[in-house]
Amino acid sequence: MFENLSDKLQNALQKLRGKGKLTEKDIDLAMKEIKMSLLEADVNFKVVKAFINSVKERSLGTEVMESLTPGQQVVKIVHEELTKIMGQGESRLKFNSNDITYFMMCGLQGAGKTTATGKLARRLKKEGRRPLLVACDVYRPAAIKQLQVVAESIGVPVFEMGDKISPVIIAKEAMNHAMKHGNDTVIIDTAGRLHIDDDLMDELVEIKNTVKPDEILLLLDAMTGQDAVKVAESFNSYLDVTGVILTKVDGDARGGAALSIRNVVDKPIKFLSVGEKMDQLEAFHPDRMASRILGMGDVLSIIEKAQDAFDEKQALELQKKLKTQDFNLEDFLTQLQQMKNMGPLDEILEMVPGLGGKKKLKGLKVDEKELVYTEAIIQSMTKKERMNPSIINGSRRKRIAAGSGTSVQRVNSLLKQYEEMKKMMKKFQTMGTGRKKGGFGGMGGFKMP
Amino acid sequence: MNNEKKSFFAKLKEGLIKTKKNLTEQIESVIFQHKKIDDDFLDELEEILITSDMGVETTMDIIEYIKDETKKRKLEDTLELKDIIKEYLINVLKENERPDVTDKQRVILIVGVNGVGKTTSIGKIAYRLKQSGNKVIVAAADTFRAAAVEQLKEWCHRAGVDIIASDQGSDPGAVVFDAIQAAKARKSDILICDTAGRLHNKKNLMNELSKIFKIIDKEFSEAHIDVYLVIDATTGQNGIVQAKMFKEACNINGLILTKLDGTAKGGIAFPIVNELKIPIKYVGVGEGIDDLQDFNAQDFVNAIFE
Repeated sequence: MFENLSDKLQNALQKLRGKGKLTEKDIDLAMKEIKMSLLEADVNFKVVKAFINSVKERSLGTEVMESLTPGQQVVKIVHEELTKIMGQGESRLKFNSNDITYFMMCGLQGAGKTTATGKLARRLKKEGRRPLLVACDVYRPAAIKQLQVVAESIGVPVFEMGDKISPVIIAKEAMNHAMKHGNDTVIIDTAGRLHIDDDLMDELVEIKNTVKPDEILLLLDAMTGQDAVKVAESFNSYLDVTGVILTKVDGDARGGAALSIRNVVDKPIKFLSVGEKMDQLEAFHPDRMASRILGMGDVLSIIEKAQDAFDEKQALELQKKLKTQDFNLEDFLTQLQQMKNMGPLDEILEMVPGLGGKKKLKGLKVDEKELVYTEAIIQSMTKKERMNPSIINGSRRKRIAAGSGTSVQRVNSLLKQYEEMKKMMKKFQTMGTGRKKGGFGGMGGFKMP
Repeated sequence: MNNEKKSFFAKLKEGLIKTKKNLTEQIESVIFQHKKIDDDFLDELEEILITSDMGVETTMDIIEYIKDETKKRKLEDTLELKDIIKEYLINVLKENERPDVTDKQRVILIVGVNGVGKTTSIGKIAYRLKQSGNKVIVAAADTFRAAAVEQLKEWCHRAGVDIIASDQGSDPGAVVFDAIQAAKARKSDILICDTAGRLHNKKNLMNELSKIFKIIDKEFSEAHIDVYLVIDATTGQNGIVQAKMFKEACNINGLILTKLDGTAKGGIAFPIVNELKIPIKYVGVGEGIDDLQDFNAQDFVNAIFE
């Protein structure tokens, strides 16, 4: 989301980085560029002004001017101030530890409430909770049906009473329903509405007063312009929201809204919704996001993604196998599949320090098909061949190529890749004592197209 | 007709009243603070235009234009500027206006990112075109989003037009193909195709859209094809990228600006029209079936500045 912004900021700062001495004019120039790029990124105008002022003030202070690397110091200040704008630290959901927890979702039309409701429910279910979704959008045609389809795909129940009954009553009935059916978390999906529609906003207030939610989450489209702050301010003044979920973050909007909201309404962004699949909901870490914007990479998120995707047990087993050099194609396949679980590869590459901001990576689309071919080839081998690839001779290769719908060349190159990987494992073995965190060992063998 | 127009006008005005308040009040306050047109004044004006989502480029164009006119007309008083800015904005919009093709069968393909109001707009357009005596068929080619087909069916029911639909998950190209055959057989005047919302940076999804466009182009070559991009009025600078990418994929030739009944200023429409040279065809101002009207540059800008 932030690529464009991060490019521009990095350009502006690059000019400062190398300098041994900074004049006020240097800083003024850089600040003007930063200001323009923030405005182009839809960051709220007032926020930009305050940001520029504090960066400038600090940059002209003695800590920078007397430093040996003043340019680096300015970068550091920009990073700190960016983090400050977006809020410090991760903000977790608040649960009711004694009773049923209630979450209420609200936002403008088309912000992505229903999709995010599904994602949140999936996440909670994975954490061992028993969520119930409540269909309170009685206005938009087929909105209830949409929630039902989403809920079914993640195996979570929906409570609905059709579209002829007041959402306030539906919410109240849902409380009884949850009590009877042993649901510990209730997520209320409400209809999209304009923040200036008094009647509909009052309806939300009524639902709030009835349910007394533990979290009131405002859904906000990452592509929103200067109006984002007004929307957030208005919803907040009616409902005193507890947090924000930023949606459609997988677009290429520069995400200025994200930079503004915390600052203006002082409510944390809790999640980023980054796609149409149900598992694409990420916790929001302001400090990491600031790093990503400034092209410093986000290693922590990669590690967390890996931990989430890789099965602990399998990883341990794999580690054992690597140690005994008993690593066969079957394991290779498992590892590939786990890597796929981590999400699109180009998304992950974005987070690697030093790679994200690089121009040459722009437009580089990691070919996910490569993985599909590899999977098909290994799956076309017999168990025996997978366990002991050295028996794969010419005629076996032909059969595997035909079986997987690929070519002998592809089979060859895969086998070669596997051999190289094995060799590398050997080297790792002699180098370290296998203290690597599980799963990552195989990455070196993965060929970038 | 007159009555209808009035009620729409009232609605648009209502919606734009906040726009107006924000933009005009700000501009006016600047104008009153600075009696004379100087650099300080222009700087502040620049900031206001940028914060109305008009974008840096359009803002710079306007500033240049003001500077030129100031010299040319020997203006000194900032009060005269309001008319100049208004005149400029109307020009940008008017220059790119184009009338609808009426002597041929028409296909209208509706595209856009997720949640901008494509399906709702189609319901309203179908209703309008039907009311003005056209035979309309709607193709439910959003086969991806949960319950999108059901949503469109409800709208078509309200509008009283036919719909060609398949199941969720089926190939959108096939739905469009079927709809074209139906449009030919039933001799419809206008075929409106819904598509799934897609982010413009998703290559595969944009390719899918190109494919749908090609199917229409090939299978219905005798028809006139309009491709309208739906833009949410709250959209920020990303709207320009959206428009460019959609133009690349399926040659959009018109815009529908939705959700103008909020506080959003819709300023993003100006740079899009200006850079892509395509007209705004319709504006959406509410959730009712008649909350959509033909775009009119004069009305639009007047409503902002009145």
